[in-house]
Amino acid sequence: MSAPVLEIEGLHVLLRGERREPDRLMLRGVDLSIRPGEVHALVGESGAGKSMIARTVLGILPHRAQVASGHVRLLGHDWLKMPPAARRAMLGRDVSLIPQDPMSALSPAHTIERQICEVLRLHLPMSAQAARERALALLDAVRIREPARVLHQYPHELSGGMRQRVLIAIAFACGPRLIVADEPTTALDVTVQREVLRLLRTMQQRGGGQSGGTAVLFITHNLGLVAKLADRVSVIHGGRIVERGLVAEIFDAPHAAYTRALFAATPRHDRPAEALRPIDPAVTAALDVEAAAYDNAWARAR
Amino acid sequence: MSLSPRAWFGIAVSLLLAACAVGAPWLAPHDPLEQDLLASSLPPAWAADGEARFLFGTDSLGRDILSRLVWGARPALIVAVAGALLAGVVGTFLGLAAGFFGGWWDAVVSRLVDVWMSFPAVLLAIVLVAVIGTGLWSVVIAIALIDWTRFARVVRAEAMQQSRLNYVVAARTIGLSRAATLAREVLPNVLPLLLTLVTLEMGIAVVVEAILSFVGLSVSSDMPTWGGLIQEGRLYVNQTPWLLGLPVVALALAVLGFNALGDGLRESLDPVVAR
Repeated sequence: MSAPVLEIEGLHVLLRGERREPDRLMLRGVDLSIRPGEVHALVGESGAGKSMIARTVLGILPHRAQVASGHVRLLGHDWLKMPPAARRAMLGRDVSLIPQDPMSALSPAHTIERQICEVLRLHLPMSAQAARERALALLDAVRIREPARVLHQYPHELSGGMRQRVLIAIAFACGPRLIVADEPTTALDVTVQREVLRLLRTMQQRGGGQSGGTAVLFITHNLGLVAKLADRVSVIHGGRIVERGLVAEIFDAPHAAYTRALFAATPRHDRPAEALRPIDPAVTAALDVEAAAYDNAWARAR
Repeated sequence: MSLSPRAWFGIAVSLLLAACAVGAPWLAPHDPLEQDLLASSLPPAWAADGEARFLFGTDSLGRDILSRLVWGARPALIVAVAGALLAGVVGTFLGLAAGFFGGWWDAVVSRLVDVWMSFPAVLLAIVLVAVIGTGLWSVVIAIALIDWTRFARVVRAEAMQQSRLNYVVAARTIGLSRAATLAREVLPNVLPLLLTLVTLEMGIAVVVEAILSFVGLSVSSDMPTWGGLIQEGRLYVNQTPWLLGLPVVALALAVLGFNALGDGLRESLDPVVAR
């Protein structure tokens, strides 16, 4: 078994309160390990801490949030202790992001060509001409029709689905080992969603030049997507991983009460729509009590 | 890329001013300082007792008004361009830093702007020129020192808003440093706004230069300026009203033209606004 691409151990992220508000723990000792080439889904409700994990890995925590303790190892580097310049050299090259909202993630002032070439030339020794050719090939790889024309367009001239393809092209441009996909299809409409996911899957397997494919940390709240796309899954609630394992096993026989409640709340087409069920409040209440106890213990230990 | 009529008007006025400023020695029909006391206080050529060789008439010393207006475009344009650019560079730099980095930068720049803006602008200009001494470049420096706050305030707000947008966050995830993100992502997105601000400021700078030369604090009196012309015209406003009216028209046309130029160019250059 080769070494994990990303290894998170006991990660605590603290959100400093504004004025009188107390500080709040957003992540309560998260452990997470992603192997080379695997798609690892991170599932949870809004506010469970999914994006905090993504932001920690990418070094873009909001400024009131800080890592209180824990380790993040990325490709064997102690990621949180690396000097910023060394970290920047890896960002966009070895690890990159597919953002949630394609409408605002591209700069409105630059053409698509410039935005793809920017990341290429930042990380790879490439002439402008070579970068242009590679950008064209990338647009072709993400199945954009008339790539030569799109290259000279501005983001506002493209649809949401097209922009997400461009962002996928940018994410895969330098052949990364790990991609963080933060709800990459939430902002897209359903028909486009499926195409983008299929594209993400092919790109991931092809790995942008990486043998064995690119590992993906796939953040979502959609269990249907997890079943289709992911190899492994971690279920997160209240900043803690409540269950982890192979997708097949967990979908077959979930252990944690929260995972079972989550499955029970998933809308299914063989049930009438009015039977939409919320997550069993007894289960989340029990978890909240545990979280409060954890916070107290953690505060005392500090 | 098609330009709006507004933009064309702005371009036309700016080109006219530039032509006058550069080509004054050739375009002006007379020496602006040459006195012809036999032909003093003549009305414009189209008036009943006007003379064809003095299109816009003459002043009390018999100097040709048209020539003086054409020569007056020179200091006006120099001050407009240099003053607006200098104010723009200073204000943009401080505004970007304040809006993008926030924290300490923001606190210092914002307080500085607050204090600065509490002084009445024209008074400050007069005091500044009195301190640094008169002359064209003193006027330029005075304008930059007074009006950098306009740029700083607007650019700060815009940079702040832009830096919250996802593309700025995304730029950091491809490995750009904060300074590089600021220069390569935020600045280009502030640029259309900046263009409008610079041209607006050019209009303001022309007016400030006119005010300073009106009170005699701009260039020396042997160089005709619009403000100087207005000041002279004011004395004889009952006998020779065109003496006051014509430089005011020139001033207003310049301000209108610069503003139209800014708006028109922004519409054409901003990829989101442009069709």
